[in-house]
Amino acid sequence: MATITNAPGTLATAERSTPRRAAGKRPRVTWDKLLIWIVLGIGAIIMVAPFYWTVITSFKTTAETRALPPTWIPQEWTTENWKAVSGRLDYGGSLLLFFGNSLFVCTIITVFTIFTSALCGYVFAKFNFRGKRILFWTVLSMLMVPASVTLLPLFDMVVSFGWKNNYLALIVPIIFSPFGIFLMRQQMMNIPSELIDAARIDGSTEYGIFFKIILPNAKAAIAALAIFTFAFQWDNFQWPLIVLDRVEQFTVPLGLSLFRGRNSIAVGPVAAASIATILPVLIVYFFAQRRFVEGIALTGMKG
Amino acid sequence: MATIAKEPPGTRTRLANLIQNQKFQKNVFVLSALVPMIIFFGVFYIYPVIGGILGSLTNWRAFVPARDFVGLAQYQKLFADPIFLASVKNTFIYTATYLVINTILALSLALAVDASGILRSLFRTIYFLPVVTSVVATALIWNWLYQPRYGLINIILNAFGIPSQPFLRDPSQALISIVFYAVWKQVGYDMVLFMAGLSGISRSFYEAAKVDGANRWQVFRYITLPLLQPTVVFVTITGIIGSLQVFGPVYIMSSLSINDLPGGPLNSTYVISVYQYQVAFKQLELGYGSAMGIVLFIIVLVVTLFQSRFLRRRWEY
Repeated sequence: MATITNAPGTLATAERSTPRRAAGKRPRVTWDKLLIWIVLGIGAIIMVAPFYWTVITSFKTTAETRALPPTWIPQEWTTENWKAVSGRLDYGGSLLLFFGNSLFVCTIITVFTIFTSALCGYVFAKFNFRGKRILFWTVLSMLMVPASVTLLPLFDMVVSFGWKNNYLALIVPIIFSPFGIFLMRQQMMNIPSELIDAARIDGSTEYGIFFKIILPNAKAAIAALAIFTFAFQWDNFQWPLIVLDRVEQFTVPLGLSLFRGRNSIAVGPVAAASIATILPVLIVYFFAQRRFVEGIALTGMKG
Repeated sequence: MATIAKEPPGTRTRLANLIQNQKFQKNVFVLSALVPMIIFFGVFYIYPVIGGILGSLTNWRAFVPARDFVGLAQYQKLFADPIFLASVKNTFIYTATYLVINTILALSLALAVDASGILRSLFRTIYFLPVVTSVVATALIWNWLYQPRYGLINIILNAFGIPSQPFLRDPSQALISIVFYAVWKQVGYDMVLFMAGLSGISRSFYEAAKVDGANRWQVFRYITLPLLQPTVVFVTITGIIGSLQVFGPVYIMSSLSINDLPGGPLNSTYVISVYQYQVAFKQLELGYGSAMGIVLFIIVLVVTLFQSRFLRRRWEY
């Protein structure tokens, strides 16, 4: 009966801080460890410097952003730039509005993707029906369908549905995910079939089993898929750029892209806007760091 | 299933009914999941693929219902279009430089961070940081960092006595400048993949090598690298697929003003997807854009197949 095939990929061993070389006796700082720290430290400064520079730029006066030699800490702190981007922007919309739009669209997409992926993944993992293998391989082959080919016909289709400038265009074409289905199937193969059969004998309906047994047992995979779907959609740029024209509907990436070209006039507001949109994501990242990293090891890809 | 042995004979039909009923329920459940899925993939995946292929054989324009069959004329036009040819070249340059720099750097970082002891998780957090930030926000930040006069990078170069560079404003430097941004943005992600791969290598291999007196380079070359091969394949293949189709960073960083065309300066940063976007959605030439999309797909397919075969042969034992 429940032979557990397809063990999941090596899960998130990256997280444990393995004291690989700690088999030795003394936790002494050796020369090569010191060298590694110095090199990685310089690299770390390079990784963080753009953020630091942007944060301090956002608090500088316009004159000071063009001071030569530059100042590493603002001599005169100002919140002008932040005020400039906190309300309504000159070209319409506001950062808060873009945030709300992104949050709305990404949440709906994520919820739908999780539901459809879990449902179809469960069906492929635990049910037998004619043509299952062929159907599953067909779904997998959808992973290879190239966006560069489908982009234009999809645009045409969306226009003919009357979905231009409508969030339906962002949501509906991606509510089923071949990758999500695949990931969920792999995870649900590990749920013992006895558990499902026992629930059936107890008189549970199939949907009851799905919601009460299957979903809670696939929590880790669902969390990983949710994070990646959300993060990927949060950053999605090309498709919304094609489909949305009205500034009031813009998502965060679209709204931010309007700031281009204004940096020759004043860089301060651009800096403030960039940091304002990055900050919430960073906060989530610091709290859910383990999930992010485990998710990568689990899913092995983004989106 | 649970066979119930001592049932009175009268209940047998009821039991059969129950099973039948369950079977019926199961079928309903399976169909309720699969029918929408099949319709979905048909409408949003398969139909557009066919539409794209057929569309590339017509003079299809956006918002114009009538189209004429033009055979391979769009493809002929492509190979006579200097901007398209330049964008193919740029796409290859971008992919090759990105792939080499990113893979080597990610692997080196993974090895170093793994060996950094108590600072391991701190370094991993820092190097992963740009991955979680948005492309548009960080590309805007880098536009400013690359600014010739006031940009941070030139300020630092000047501090070391190196003259200011034009970066994004110079046709010979713009594309590689975008590559450096892309590596900064993405290297932490591949680093984490490599670290996951490293932690999957059994420590006994290293101990055996130590007993045999292997030096560090030999351990890396003959143990770590071959055992890491699946991760290397994965990182390079996803890197290739992603960078051959790069859009966001190039779109943002190749036009310094919102009124400029992307791909500048002097078309030096046009890559295929950005040019396709321009042709399809600004000039509304959907037929021509479709032909471009199909060429891009063929390039991705060929390079990926070639790459996976090459990597497999190279490291197989």
